[in-house]
Amino acid sequence: MSDNQNPRTPDGSQRELGHRDEHGVVGTFADPGLPEHRSRQADRDPEAAKRGERQVAALFGISVIGTIAALVVYFVIPPDGTTAGVRLSTLTLGVAIAFALLGIGLGAVHWAKVLMSDHEKVDERHPIASDEETRVAAVAELEAGVKDSGIARRGVLKGAVISALALFPLTIAVPLVGSVGGDWNVSKLKHTMWKRGMRLAIDPSGRPIKAADVTIGSVVHVIPDVPEEERQSHEWITEKAKAVVLLVRLDPRDIVSEQAPEGEDWSYDGIVAFSKICTHVGCPVALYEQQTHHLLCPCHQSTFDVADGAKVVFGPAKRPLPQLPITVDDEGYLVAQSDFHEPIGPSFWERLK
Amino acid sequence: MTTSTGNAAPKARAGSGAPTSRAGKAADYLDQRTSIGSAVKEFARKVFPDHWSFLLGEIALYSFVVLIITGIFLTMFFVPSMSLVTYHGEPASMDGVLMSDAFASTLHMSFEVRGGLLMRQIHHWAALIFMAAIVTHMMRVFFTGAFRKPRELNWLVGTLLLIMSLLAGFSGYSLPDDVLSGNGLRITDGVVKAIPIIGSYMSYFIFGGEFPGEHIIPRLFTVHILLVPGLILALVALHLFFVVLHKHTQYPGGGRTDTNVVGYPLFPVYVAKAGGFFFVVFGILALMGGTMAINNVWNYGPYDPSPVSAGAQPDWYMLFLEGSLRLMPGQTEFVIFGYTLSLNVLIPAVVIPGLLFTFLFVYPFLEAAVTKDKREHHVLDRPRNVPVRTGLGVAFLTAFIILALAGSNDLIATHFHMSINTITWVFRFLFFLGPWFAFWITKRICLGLQRKDRELVLHGHETGRIVRFAHGEYIEVHRPLDEQERWLRVNYQAHAPLEIEPATDSRGVRRKGYKGDKRMQRLSRFFYEDRVEPVSPAELAAAHSHGEHDALEGGTHAEVEAGAAVGGGRDLVEPEGGADERRP
Amino acid sequence: MKALAARRHHRFAPVVLLLLALLVTGGVYAALAPTPANAETASTEDIETGQKLFQANCATCHGPNAEGSDTAPSLVGVGAASVDFQVSTGRMPMQMDGPQAIQKPAQFDEEQTAQLAAYVASLGAGPAIPTDEQVDAELGDAANGAALFRTNCAMCHNAVGAGGALSEGKFAPPLWETSERNIYQAMLTGPQSMPVFNDATVTPEEKRDIITFLVDQREGSAGGLSLGSLGPVSEGLWAWIVGMGLLIGAAVWIGAKSS
Repeated sequence: MSDNQNPRTPDGSQRELGHRDEHGVVGTFADPGLPEHRSRQADRDPEAAKRGERQVAALFGISVIGTIAALVVYFVIPPDGTTAGVRLSTLTLGVAIAFALLGIGLGAVHWAKVLMSDHEKVDERHPIASDEETRVAAVAELEAGVKDSGIARRGVLKGAVISALALFPLTIAVPLVGSVGGDWNVSKLKHTMWKRGMRLAIDPSGRPIKAADVTIGSVVHVIPDVPEEERQSHEWITEKAKAVVLLVRLDPRDIVSEQAPEGEDWSYDGIVAFSKICTHVGCPVALYEQQTHHLLCPCHQSTFDVADGAKVVFGPAKRPLPQLPITVDDEGYLVAQSDFHEPIGPSFWERLK
Repeated sequence: MTTSTGNAAPKARAGSGAPTSRAGKAADYLDQRTSIGSAVKEFARKVFPDHWSFLLGEIALYSFVVLIITGIFLTMFFVPSMSLVTYHGEPASMDGVLMSDAFASTLHMSFEVRGGLLMRQIHHWAALIFMAAIVTHMMRVFFTGAFRKPRELNWLVGTLLLIMSLLAGFSGYSLPDDVLSGNGLRITDGVVKAIPIIGSYMSYFIFGGEFPGEHIIPRLFTVHILLVPGLILALVALHLFFVVLHKHTQYPGGGRTDTNVVGYPLFPVYVAKAGGFFFVVFGILALMGGTMAINNVWNYGPYDPSPVSAGAQPDWYMLFLEGSLRLMPGQTEFVIFGYTLSLNVLIPAVVIPGLLFTFLFVYPFLEAAVTKDKREHHVLDRPRNVPVRTGLGVAFLTAFIILALAGSNDLIATHFHMSINTITWVFRFLFFLGPWFAFWITKRICLGLQRKDRELVLHGHETGRIVRFAHGEYIEVHRPLDEQERWLRVNYQAHAPLEIEPATDSRGVRRKGYKGDKRMQRLSRFFYEDRVEPVSPAELAAAHSHGEHDALEGGTHAEVEAGAAVGGGRDLVEPEGGADERRP
Repeated sequence: MKALAARRHHRFAPVVLLLLALLVTGGVYAALAPTPANAETASTEDIETGQKLFQANCATCHGPNAEGSDTAPSLVGVGAASVDFQVSTGRMPMQMDGPQAIQKPAQFDEEQTAQLAAYVASLGAGPAIPTDEQVDAELGDAANGAALFRTNCAMCHNAVGAGGALSEGKFAPPLWETSERNIYQAMLTGPQSMPVFNDATVTPEEKRDIITFLVDQREGSAGGLSLGSLGPVSEGLWAWIVGMGLLIGAAVWIGAKSS
């Protein structure tokens, strides 16, 4: 029952509705035309019109006042650096500017609503498609152009043009893409800066950590022990993004499982260290719930059980947090035994290769 | 115009006379060089239909202008560099701290530049409103069917604009290089890394090496102030060009057809209303920027890979991705021949948004296919008259809102004292059940509203006046609809499911395209099997002359009271055009 | 009275009646509500008094000698700081057993709290109540405090201490109203789910820096209304409610016919 024609009835007011009732009779209601125009107060009553005019003028006047106020505020109320001072400056300038703008806006709209002619006008719509004549002419022009170019007969040319145009973007794209990726050495993702004997230090102060200072129930945010001067660069931040570790001490009776293989011990006296970078998509897993010894990541709520090899107990992560093997040096400071035994952080395709 | 030799220049067009006024002279000067007269003739009094819901797109447009204006201010002070500096200044919590220049310049701009914090806040509120307006405008276009021919291309342009705006917002809020947006970038990096085969290389491509590196902020700056705004401006120009070319759609009503456009002229009415609206939008954004704090980056601190704060969410328009990531259970990561495939990240961050956006892009063409409707449409649909479309739209919104709520699950947990784990589980189920239920209930409500409209047309408004006849019967008096009210309710087309040619032709040979046709027909049935036809004049006449429904065209009250009504009946129709007369 | 009766059908009458009813109910409750129980003792020694308070209010769960039980941990060695924190914030005595101790009006006054603390401290060496100087917000370094807060605290308590969610319905409460002393004591003793930040991990000076930072945050935001300082979600909510609300309202006004 589809109606394919664009109805071009002469007067535009009658319209086939194309529905059928139970008797199969097609009937239509007549379009009643535009509703009657309701006059406004301002149209009928010159006093009301004058009042409207005054209101519009007042609104524009408010805008002018707002502008002046904004300029005064700008010079007279600068931000003085304190919270209250900046707040005052922002507030007064913002409100003044708002008045300056709203005055114009409300004035213009009020003018249109109250005073400008509100008699509806009717324009004709024409079908979007060009008329037949034009289309024929357009096709003819194109055909003439194709004939002039001779491409229809010369197939080799067509292929050559396409190949050349398709290929040339590579001259820009390849250098752009190639140079933008740094050294492209993705194997760096598999290692962190932790090494055998490297001390664990407190983040952000950099103090090394004695095993005795880590009490049951405490948590320490850890970075590798690197001198302060070397921690002021991008290279450091990029390394830190892989190296941050969370250190907790558990009652050894609470430990259910460890990631260390048979014969190895990656913890020290109940102190365990895990990578702080979530294995889901990389947020720092920082919420340590002392009583449940669960580590909660605030970004997507992946939850890891520190006493059970940092296994995932809830949330969208799959893999446990990699454990950093630790021990103590002869001064009692905690040190790493080696780097992590697997790449930290989110998964990537060649992670295990 | 005559051609002549020598130095005779073409004279000004005859008939206009020599312009005398200042404006006239200026117009003449311009027209002689640009032939602007034809444009003025065509556009100055162009008619646009009037309805408040047509202003939603303007909110988006004007917020974009505000973003550009305030953005220019910000670019005067923002330093798009990750070089580390030690900041000295306000606030006290940031004094002496090592941070990137991007972050430091943001602090300086907020605390030391006059109007700096105001402009930052207006800019950020405008970004949130920009996205909200785009979504609202898109909903209006969807529910009224304004995407039908000839506007399918404009719908595509609009959906592209939606995506571009998401990129604009994401790149923008990441520029200050604070802990919150920095963790957002880290999440992006994690998602990118999860892409099979090329993921780690794409991560290097974006960050110029390992995360975070020192290139991402300057790169995002280029994206944010040049590439994306350039594309948005081009697409907006195309979008508005289409609106002018196709002329704006109009709501159904008396005198409004597919071949006319009823409204007010551009100059002066819309110049005043739409121009004024720009100032209203800007003014409201300025008010918000001056009174409501937003994105106080000094509280989050300069980006460092170690800290993270509770309430780690992106801006609201990215919450659907955030919720998606939070809801996905983690078991679905697999190792295949030593290669890691993280479906637990790919499904929520790539597949789900892909499906959502595909639905948006494809919908106009889907509907065109199930109706085989090739007509131009310029009169909008009332949402109740297209129940399945409206239901699908509400289902889509439900899915989107559920994801956004899931992305806020920790805030829901703290504010309503609930367990975040329980909330996550509830949303996991709701994500599937919610849209289905929303679709079903919306469709039923639409059909119900259509039936109510039919009842209204057939029987008129209930007046609440009861008439008792001498023989003891009670009936309620109904007032028939006036012409305009009735037209609004009958002037629509209830599409029926597609009819297809039979499977075999007259000779019994199976037709080639039959399977495809059958599938399309089944889909068409899903859309249009349940439908309510509009009332026809024949039905209306039948309703009035039916034994149970008494028509009293032209009858007076005296006749009614005298019992001139024939037979029993449930209701009584007042004389048409009769005003409510007081009974003595 | 006649005037009132004449207006009994006024459309606001139900509202007025409701307000009156609420006022009366609230007033009666305030007048008649039972005052919190106080265990009255006559002892002069603080520790002895504290012990008695303990027996009356805490021993049911914590054991007669604070040795702990199935439902409550041992208090030997938790120190005066723990007791001062838990009791002065009303968390203890706990209303309901569970991992989250909800803050409620303190059941004991300052003197009694001190007595309880003295008793528990006498059971075994533990963290002491900090001095006023140790928690003086004027003496700390806000910048260092902010850096420490970001690394150690913001993930649970939110960037400015507005509170945040933990798993299974637990939460880290907002810190807007927490006293300086209690901030210190909470860090030191690690109440309930909160980890312990002993003086080696976060030194006393660093604790004071954190206190300075937190107290600074109570000034509010330089940008205006802080909207709860909850971040982008609340900002988005307000953008829709206030921003789109006003703008759509303006659009409706613009599109409406003028009278």
